[in-house]
Amino acid sequence: MRKLALSDEILLSVEKPARYIGGEVNMQVKNPKEVDIRFCMCFPDVYEIGMSHLGIQILYDILNRREDTYCERVYSPWVDLDKIMREKNIPLFALESQDPVKDFDFLGITLQYEMCYTNVLQILELSRIPIYAKDRTEEHPLVIGGGPCTYNPEPIADFFDFFYIGEGETAYNEILDTYKECKKQGKSRKEILEHMARIEGMYVPAFYDVSYNDDGTVKSIVKNNPNAPDKVKKQVEMKLSESYYPTKPLVPFIKATQDRVVLEIQRGCIRGCRFCQAGMIYRPTRERDLEYLKQCAYEMLKSTGHDEISLSSLSSSDYSHLHELVYFLIDEFGSKGVNISLPSLRIDAFSLDVMSKVQDIRKSSLTFAPEAGSQRLRDVINKGLTEEDILSGASKAFQSGWNRVKLYFMMGLPTETEEDIEGIAILADKIARKYYEIPKDQRNGKVSIVASTSFFVPKPFTPFQWARMNTSEEYLEKQHLLRNKINEQLNRKSIKYNWHEADLSELEGVFARGDRRIGKVLYDAYKSGCLYDSWSEFFDFDRWLKAFEDNGIDYRFYTCRERDEEEVFPWDFIDTGVTKKFLLREYKNAKAEKVTLNCKQSCTGCGAKVFGGGVCFIDHAGLKEVTNESTN
Amino acid sequence: MKVRIKFQKYGAMKFIGHLDVLRYFQKAFRRAGFDSEYTKGFNPHQIMSFAAPLGLGITSDGEYLDAELVTSDEPKVMIERLNAVMTEGFHITGFRFLKDREENQKAVTAMSLVASADYMVSLKDGYEIGDKVQVKEEFQKAFCEFLAQERIEIDKKTKKSEKQVDIKPMISLVAFEEKEYQDKLNQMLKTENTCGYDLQNSVADQFDNGIRVFLQLDTGSAVNLKPELVMEAFYNYLDVPFNKFAWQVHRIEIYTRDAEDGKLIALDQLER
Repeated sequence: MRKLALSDEILLSVEKPARYIGGEVNMQVKNPKEVDIRFCMCFPDVYEIGMSHLGIQILYDILNRREDTYCERVYSPWVDLDKIMREKNIPLFALESQDPVKDFDFLGITLQYEMCYTNVLQILELSRIPIYAKDRTEEHPLVIGGGPCTYNPEPIADFFDFFYIGEGETAYNEILDTYKECKKQGKSRKEILEHMARIEGMYVPAFYDVSYNDDGTVKSIVKNNPNAPDKVKKQVEMKLSESYYPTKPLVPFIKATQDRVVLEIQRGCIRGCRFCQAGMIYRPTRERDLEYLKQCAYEMLKSTGHDEISLSSLSSSDYSHLHELVYFLIDEFGSKGVNISLPSLRIDAFSLDVMSKVQDIRKSSLTFAPEAGSQRLRDVINKGLTEEDILSGASKAFQSGWNRVKLYFMMGLPTETEEDIEGIAILADKIARKYYEIPKDQRNGKVSIVASTSFFVPKPFTPFQWARMNTSEEYLEKQHLLRNKINEQLNRKSIKYNWHEADLSELEGVFARGDRRIGKVLYDAYKSGCLYDSWSEFFDFDRWLKAFEDNGIDYRFYTCRERDEEEVFPWDFIDTGVTKKFLLREYKNAKAEKVTLNCKQSCTGCGAKVFGGGVCFIDHAGLKEVTNESTN
Repeated sequence: MKVRIKFQKYGAMKFIGHLDVLRYFQKAFRRAGFDSEYTKGFNPHQIMSFAAPLGLGITSDGEYLDAELVTSDEPKVMIERLNAVMTEGFHITGFRFLKDREENQKAVTAMSLVASADYMVSLKDGYEIGDKVQVKEEFQKAFCEFLAQERIEIDKKTKKSEKQVDIKPMISLVAFEEKEYQDKLNQMLKTENTCGYDLQNSVADQFDNGIRVFLQLDTGSAVNLKPELVMEAFYNYLDVPFNKFAWQVHRIEIYTRDAEDGKLIALDQLER
């Protein structure tokens, strides 16, 4: 029987002990003594969130296919256990073997959002791995970072031995083979890192020096080790339908955020919304084969016993075989008690038909993400969705019996004016009016419209990477304005307004476009007690403000500054395929309110064609009809 | 068709709460390809219920789950199919068909049948009870004296108030050794083979100190006495502060009481 790292007494004193015992369905069981490489994969947030992440499941599967490697998992201990582990001096352990993380060869940490950074330091500290990479010795695991945040790894560069830039499917085997060979030859930690730096996509921060201009901007990023490349190339998996889909994903005992089979139907997005980082860094768009997906769906439902399946992609309506896939899932599994959970789809006859089949109309709602309140601003951000699309979609849905609508907007987008914000209130009201155009005896009670706004955070490798972000004061003012505008509308009683925290967005903005100098702020904030910053009940902005002040850093240098066209960005050493020239052209198009066509309509020369596949090499001439109707 | 499944829960799985165990079995049924009956509507789910939910931290040889299937293989095959998809800490030991709803006079749920349950409560190694109760013999002597009291009163907290309850009438069997337990139990059973337990194949944790007690306690929706409360009362009697972590509670079997003679019948010996 597996022995647990924590005593009964501790497990029975903390919330949800199932977070720490492992033993889940489809967990990999290997004898650690019989493998050459021990790899601990970490999602630095609480178990229920980490277990919902598809990327970790993919990597867990890839690494464990190797007989010489045992990949295990670790998640952030919740605050209750964190306290006990510190008091009782218990080292952080991996769930599978329950062995201390510090005895592993690798600790791989996925970085999905900036607000998990303090949790990264918690993982390192509780594992008893020196927080700063420079303090680690031969006895410590190599700490790797991966995931979307590594497209600007600089704020956390000091804490990682190396970063894996890009999609995890491509280079892990090379990393592990190289490591094994280095170990055999008795190479030192530094020598191993030099070998890693030679693998495409790997970034070893210690092998680069950053210098700064007098105005605080980056002057240059220069390598100091001959093994390191000048530019680190993003990794892309071009053969998405051939290998590596985790058909036996782990199934947690406790309810995870995603308690279902997740089917990734495509990667990348053809749309080119100018605020969206995912839409740029995952280029080119690559679809998975329909037959391959059908097979995966079947195997995954069988191996997990889940009673729900959902489709995952950045814009599912753009998947070429969506109709066929969705109807297949409904016909094949619907009668067996499997729910089909739909991604947000463009509202048309197809989606309304599907929705009426898989959801209870009375309980489900329509979702639109116009992102901006006016057509002008939607053109600025290149969000093709028009007011007519929304109103006609809503109208069709209302006639079919729906009466709830969710709307998602961003505030603080470049060039935003009061009219754009007022546009949010007006659009919400127009939707309500559409509802009341239906004769009273045919209506399904009252209409309910929920408008949510989040604050726009400019991200690296987007056309808006040069843009100034709003201050939290400006955000609050805008929120207030919208509140008032909604209250002026005829249907104000049908409209509910939700908003996000401004302070949190501001901090996210600092880390999104920050440089190496804010690493020490992160360290100090963590040491002063910051943890689980993405959880509003723990987020303490005052502590962060103090950490910035103590280090003499004006954080608004990173957020509230329109960047010069020539400015060197901290992330410029990364090559994502999409060129800086293209991004700048798009920024100018944005300011000129000029819309750019999507990848299926026309190639706009972003640079992602260098990867030699995906949407860039598909002739869409014959799809003219399809593209005309798919404009959101 | 209604079926009753008997299973063991042990090891790390004692940290999985009963609602999660229910979800676990729903998924396990699907992995095993069971032909379950579903509720109607947009969120169809399998029909399943537990006889008596087990508290967190407790292991068991005698857990019961009632479910409804459309079709089924022979019990032996069904046990094999389900065990093939179990993870460590769950093991299926029984599967039987129950009388259909129409044949039952009224819709009986397993939960409403439960009247009594057997437990083995063991002191975990590394814990002590107090200066005066250090070894097995001292424990047994003290426990007997504790039971010899005319009344054993505890403060029972309900949602509204706290009241004094005499738990002595709710304890129907006490034994220290396996043989003694078995002999006493046989006296209480309807017939000798109306009990499905098998101590030889028990998954209960064993501890070196040997301090343990078998208890049969009233269980169910009407009267319910948890073993932890008995141990707490024992500590109160000894005038030693209670440590709930010191004891490993293990459930052995769950019974219903025969309406005619009050004798016990284990749930897996029933047809309803």
